[in-house]
Amino acid sequence: MAYEVRSEGDTTIVALSGDIDLESSPQVRSVLLESVGAKRGVLVEMSAVSYIDSSGVASLVEAYQSARRGRTLFALVAVSEAAMRVLELARLDQVFAIHTSVTEALADGG
Amino acid sequence: MGTKSGKSNRGNVDGAGSPHRRWDDFPFSGTPIAQMRIASRPEFLRLVRAMVTEAGDANGCTGECVSQMVMAVDEACQNIIRHAYGGDPDGEIVVDIRREDDCISIHLLDFAAPVDVSTIKPRPLDDVKPGGLGTHFIQQCVDECSFLTPPDGTGNCLRLVKRIT
Repeated sequence: MAYEVRSEGDTTIVALSGDIDLESSPQVRSVLLESVGAKRGVLVEMSAVSYIDSSGVASLVEAYQSARRGRTLFALVAVSEAAMRVLELARLDQVFAIHTSVTEALADGG
Repeated sequence: MGTKSGKSNRGNVDGAGSPHRRWDDFPFSGTPIAQMRIASRPEFLRLVRAMVTEAGDANGCTGECVSQMVMAVDEACQNIIRHAYGGDPDGEIVVDIRREDDCISIHLLDFAAPVDVSTIKPRPLDDVKPGGLGTHFIQQCVDECSFLTPPDGTGNCLRLVKRIT
């Protein structure tokens, strides 16, 4: 797993790639919660996520709930087919805001 | 989670303190495909996923079928690491993959204290919160999921069966 953090205006974009599993999900959790904690909008770019397990999904849910409490933007962007299948299995595709691109997400305000 | 089988799968445990376990004696049915023993550490799960992927590919599974098997086995191993061994990195997990007619069976063995199977339930999906999805994923990804009765004091054995599609 690898990640890259960048900013666009007042939004933080966290691009995740590779396998998000029990080994790497603590790091994902940490970077997402840190980004959300900065009180900026957060977009999680997931086009290069090849695998995500329940621990990775839990990290996304925890960050999402933290953002909701802080009333800040939190959305997923360009979710890979592999990751989307898992989100659908957990019916979280109906919970998260999901956009096809960062541009679209920013235009829609998340 | 699935049905509980009364099948006995007693193995040999030799000595005290550091028992030598001979899982080869277990009466699993089917043609052996692959077997792996790993320490109960998250960093080894990628090896398990790779082995399951290879086994699925070599036995004519579709990509979706392979993905589902990989997820079920990965989640089951996670449960062993997190719950059965409670995070102890020195436990041992055996993953045994076999061909049974038009199915692939995977047995996951551990040497932790026996788990209370009645407590293993998926949480309602409407209750959105971190965690608790592993059991749901396993149930959704395989055709059969059952605990075999382990030999006294030698842990747990989870049997997963996936029909080849």
